[in-house]
Amino acid sequence: MSVFKYEKDADGIVTITMDMTGPVNSMNEEYEQAMGETVEKLEHEEGLSGVVITSAKKVFFAGGNLHGLLAFQPGRDEQRFMDSLDLIKGQLRRLEKLPVPVVAAINGAALGGGYEICLACNYRVAWNDRSVQVGLPEVTLGLLPGGGGVVRMTNLLGLEAALPYLLEGKKLDPERALKAGLVDKTVDSLDQLVPAAKALIKEVKDQPDAAVQPWDRKGFKIPGTNINSPKMAQVLMVGPTMLVKKTRGLMPAPAEIFSCATEAARLDFDTALRIESRGLTKLVGTPEAKNMITTFFFQLNKINSGASRPKGVEKKKVKKLGVLGAGMMGQGIAYVSAKAGIDVVLKDISVEAAEKGKAYSEGLLDKAIQKGRMDPITKQQILGRILPTASNDDLAGCDLIIEAVFENFELKNKILEATENQLAENGVWGSNTSTLPITQLAEASKKPENFIGIHFFSPVDKMPLIEIICGDKTSDETLALAFDYTQQIKKTPIVVNDSLAFFTSRTFGTYLDEGVRLLSEGVYPVQIDNLGKAIGMPVGPLQVHDEVSEELTRKAAETWEAMGMKDRWGERKATEEVISWMIGEHGHGGRYHGGGFYEYAGKERKIWQPLIDRYYKADHGISEDDIKDRLMFRQVIETLKCLETGVLRTVADGNIGSIMGIGAPPHTGGFLQYINTYGAQRFVDRARELAAKYGERFEPPQIVVDKAAAGELFE
Amino acid sequence: MSTQAYIYDAVRTPRSKGKKGGSLNEVKPIDLLGGLLRSLQERHDFDTGYVDDVIMGCVSPVGEQGTDIAKLAAQNADWAESVAGVQLNRFCASGLESVNTAAQKVASGWENLVVAGGVESMSRVPMGSDGGAWASDPAFVIKTGFVPQGIGADTIATLEGFSREDVDAFAMQSQKRAAFARDNGYFDKSVIPVKDANGLTILERDDFIKPDTTMEALAGLKPSFEMMGSMGFDDVMLKKYNSLSKINHVHTPGNSSGIVDGASAVMIGSEQAGKDLGLTPRGRIVAGAVLATDPTIMLIGPGPAAKKALKTAGLKASDIDLWEINEAFASVALRYMRDLDIDPEITNVNGGAIAMGHPLGATGAILVSTMLDELERRNLKRGMLSLCVGGGMGISTIIERL
Repeated sequence: MSVFKYEKDADGIVTITMDMTGPVNSMNEEYEQAMGETVEKLEHEEGLSGVVITSAKKVFFAGGNLHGLLAFQPGRDEQRFMDSLDLIKGQLRRLEKLPVPVVAAINGAALGGGYEICLACNYRVAWNDRSVQVGLPEVTLGLLPGGGGVVRMTNLLGLEAALPYLLEGKKLDPERALKAGLVDKTVDSLDQLVPAAKALIKEVKDQPDAAVQPWDRKGFKIPGTNINSPKMAQVLMVGPTMLVKKTRGLMPAPAEIFSCATEAARLDFDTALRIESRGLTKLVGTPEAKNMITTFFFQLNKINSGASRPKGVEKKKVKKLGVLGAGMMGQGIAYVSAKAGIDVVLKDISVEAAEKGKAYSEGLLDKAIQKGRMDPITKQQILGRILPTASNDDLAGCDLIIEAVFENFELKNKILEATENQLAENGVWGSNTSTLPITQLAEASKKPENFIGIHFFSPVDKMPLIEIICGDKTSDETLALAFDYTQQIKKTPIVVNDSLAFFTSRTFGTYLDEGVRLLSEGVYPVQIDNLGKAIGMPVGPLQVHDEVSEELTRKAAETWEAMGMKDRWGERKATEEVISWMIGEHGHGGRYHGGGFYEYAGKERKIWQPLIDRYYKADHGISEDDIKDRLMFRQVIETLKCLETGVLRTVADGNIGSIMGIGAPPHTGGFLQYINTYGAQRFVDRARELAAKYGERFEPPQIVVDKAAAGELFE
Repeated sequence: MSTQAYIYDAVRTPRSKGKKGGSLNEVKPIDLLGGLLRSLQERHDFDTGYVDDVIMGCVSPVGEQGTDIAKLAAQNADWAESVAGVQLNRFCASGLESVNTAAQKVASGWENLVVAGGVESMSRVPMGSDGGAWASDPAFVIKTGFVPQGIGADTIATLEGFSREDVDAFAMQSQKRAAFARDNGYFDKSVIPVKDANGLTILERDDFIKPDTTMEALAGLKPSFEMMGSMGFDDVMLKKYNSLSKINHVHTPGNSSGIVDGASAVMIGSEQAGKDLGLTPRGRIVAGAVLATDPTIMLIGPGPAAKKALKTAGLKASDIDLWEINEAFASVALRYMRDLDIDPEITNVNGGAIAMGHPLGATGAILVSTMLDELERRNLKRGMLSLCVGGGMGISTIIERL
C-alpha cells in the first residue's frame, strides 16, 4: 500500500492523496518511491481523464528533507545529490506531461518543495483558509528551489515577475496567490476542494492545451520582456547590483537564484532544469546554507515550540497588562500588547504623559491605515484597549506589570513598592531593564519568585525578539507566563539567566567597544563602520554607537561602577577615554545629544573632523582582515563566555538572540553557529593569533577549546 | 625575426552539438572560455600577472559573447587584473588570427606572453546574430555579389569536378579518423573537460563525432543549398563563373562542418617568458599569412595563403610534414590538397570539422593543439594550418615542434 493513496472515480479522474509516514509529507526517499510508482501507474492507467493531487495531512507538503541537506558534504556528495534531483525532477516532468489535466488541490501550506509539486500540475486550486500558504521560501534558508521552482516560476510569470518570489521567498495566502497567478482558483471550504478540482478538469477537458503546460506548448514565449531585448539589459545590469547592495555579497543563494532564473529565461526548459540542479548542489554545500538551515529552521522551530518554557505549567494568556512609563519603550510595549488583544493600562506620572504614550499607537495605526494594512474599526478597538492613566489604582488586577522607567535602581524599587500590590493573585512583575541585574532588583519585591526580566528591543513594534531573564528566585510559573506573553504578542522569546547586562546588551557592548578601540588605535572611522557592515552587521559600530548614544554608554559605566561592577566584563579604557573626551570637552554624546562620531544635519551625516585630527593614523598597520575579525570575534567570544557561564541556557537562544537582538549577520546562523562552519580549531587558532597581537580579550574561552579538541559542534 | 614566438601549450574544450540539446548548451560562453583559461593556469601554475594580453576570436560577438569576451573571460577565470584582453573577428579565421597576432606581438618584442584562442557558443549565440552589412545590406549585397558560403563550396566542387560521392567519401574519412583518434586518446593531452561549479563533469570528450556514419546514410542526406541557389544565388555565381552551365549542389549537413560549441587557448611567449615561468616550449610559430581572393566563391583562399606562408618562411611544400585544412566543407579541403599537390595521407590525419564541428571563433586555435599533439605523437617537425575565411580570405600558419 503506497503512502500516496490512489483512487479512480467513475469519470476516470484519479485522486492522489499524499499521506506519508510521520507527521508531514516531505521530499525524502519515501516520496521518491511513492511518486515514482504513482507516475508510472498514471502513465499506464486506462481511461484516465484527469489527476487531482492532494494531501491527507494538515500541511499539503512540507518541502525538502532538511536533515538530509545538512548532512551534505562538499567534495563527496555532489553527484549523488544531482542524481536525486534528476530523479525528482524527472518524475515531476512525467507528471506534467501526462495527456490529461493534472490539478493540485491545495488543502494546507504548500511551501518550497510542496509548491514545486503544485507548479508541476497544470492547475492549482487552493482552499482559501488561513492555514494555506504558497511560496518558495528556500532563499531564507540559503538554498534555491531546486525541484523545478526557479525554472517553472520563470516560465510561468516571466523573469521580472518571478524574481521577487524567488529572491525574497515571499509566502502568499490563497487570495494573494490568486491575484498573482500562483494559484488558479480558490474555494471557501475544504469540502469543496477536491470536487472543485474535478470540476475544473471536466470544464477544461475540451480545450486542446488543457493538459499541456504553457512551456511545453508549441511557440511558447516566456511572459514579460524578452531576455535579449535592450530593455532587459537594463534589468540585468541593475538587478544583480541591487541584490548585492542588500546581501553585501555575503549570501550566495540570491545570487545563484538570479543567475539560474536568467538562464531559465534564455534556455530550453530541460536544460534550465539541469542548471537549476547544479545551482542547488552548489548552495547545499555552502556554510551559509548549513548555518541558515540550522538556525532559522531547526533552532527557531525549537524555540517557538517552547523548548525553553518550563514543562508542566499550564499555558496562560495575559488579559490585563500594566505598563509603567509611557516613554519610547513603554508606548511600544503598550502598542504591541493592545494589538494582540490585551487590555493595557499605560501609566506615567501624569495623564498627559500617558496620553502622549497612547498617541504613539494612534500614529502607528494611522500609518498602517494609509498603507492599507489596517481599517478604522480595528484601530478604534486597539486604541480602546489602552487606558492612559496616572493612577496606580487602575492597575488593579493586572496579570502582568512591565516597568519601562529610567535605568535607575532606586526609581525602579520605588515604583515596584508602589504598584506591586495591584497585581492579580500570582501576577507577574516584569522589568524591561537592559542593564540592571534582575536578582538584585527582585530583592525589593515581596514575591521575588514572581519577578522576571522582560527585555524588549527598540523600536518595539519592529524588533522580533524578547530576552527573558530569570533571576535567582524566579519561579517556573513566572517564566512560563513571560514566555506565553511573548508569544501572545507574536515575538520570539529567548530565555537567559541573570548576569550583568544579560546576553544581548553585554555582547552588543563588545561590538561598540571594539569599534572605539580601532578608532583609538588610528583606524579611519569611516573604514571601521564600512568593515562592520562588510562582515554583515546592519550598521557600523561607530554609527550605531551614535544611535544608542555615547551618553548611554557613559551612564551605564557609571551605574556599573556604583554597583561595584566596573570592568566586570573586561577593561574598557579606550572607550572611557574617547567618550569622556567627546562628551566632556565637546558635548558629543550621540546623534540626539549634540552629535557623536558623526555630525548630523537632518538626514545628512558626516564624520566629525576633530575625531580624525585626534585619532587617525595613516600608519596604524592594522589589516582589513584583522579589523573585520576583531569586530566579529569580540562578539563571538562574548557569546561563548555567556554559554560557558550559563547566562545562555541553550545554543539556540544564543544564535537566535544574536541575530534578532544584536544584528548578527544572518548568513552566519548566529554567533555560535558561526563557529560550527568556520571550524572550531580554526577559530581557536585565529583567536589566539588576535590575542597575541591585540590583547587577551581575544583569548578563546575554554568551551571552544574543548569543542575543538573533541571535534564537536555547538548544538 | 628579432624574437622567437614559442608555443608553451595549446588546449581546447571538447566540442558538442551547438544547438538545444547539445552538451555545452548549458555553459555560458564566458564560463566555457573562462574555465579553459582557469585550467590552463592550473596546468602550469604560472602567475597570470605575467600575461600581457589575451586575444580571443569570436565570430558572433554579440549578446552573451558581446562587448569584449576576451577580457571578461580572463576576469571570470580570476586572472590578475593587469591582464588585458581583446576580442577579434576575422570570420572563421578568428582563432588562428589570434594566434598569429599573438606571435607577432611576441616576435616584435612588444610583449612577452600572450594567450590566444577563441570561443563560440553557437547554441547560445546562433550564427548570424550579429547581423552586419555583409549579408543584410541590400546595396552592399548587390554591389559585391554576396553568396552564402555553401554555394561557394558547391561551386568549387562543380569547378573541380568533385562528385557527391567524392565529398561524401571525404566526410566519411573525417568521421573515421576523428573517432579513431579520440578513442585512442590522441586528443587527451589537449582536451580539457568542461566542469560545472561543483566540479562535476559536464563534457569530457568530443561528443559530436558520428563514428557509425556510412556512405549510404551520407548519400541519403538532402543537399543543403539547392533551394537557396535556385532563389538566385546560383545565378549570381554563374555570372562570375560563366563557363559553368549549372552548379552541382553536393554539400549536405553530412559533408559540411558541424555547428558546435567550443573554445581554445594557446600560450605564446618569448624565450624569456619560458625562463621566467619555468615553462618548456612545445613548439614555435614559424610564419603566418593572410590574404583575400574572390569574395563570391569565397572559399578558395587557403591554398594561396599556405603558399604565401611558405614563401615568408623560405620553405617548400615538401618541408611540411603534416597539413591541417579546416573542413568548412569537404570541397574546400579537397581543393586545398589539389592546389598544393599534397598527399591526403598527411592531411587532416585525425579528421576535422566535418566530424568534430567548427566552433567558428575557436577553430583556428584548436588546429594548433591538434597539430602539435600529432607532431609530437609522430615525432615529426613541421605542420601547416589553413582555413578558408569569409569575404574570400584565406589564412595559414606554419608551426614547428621543438
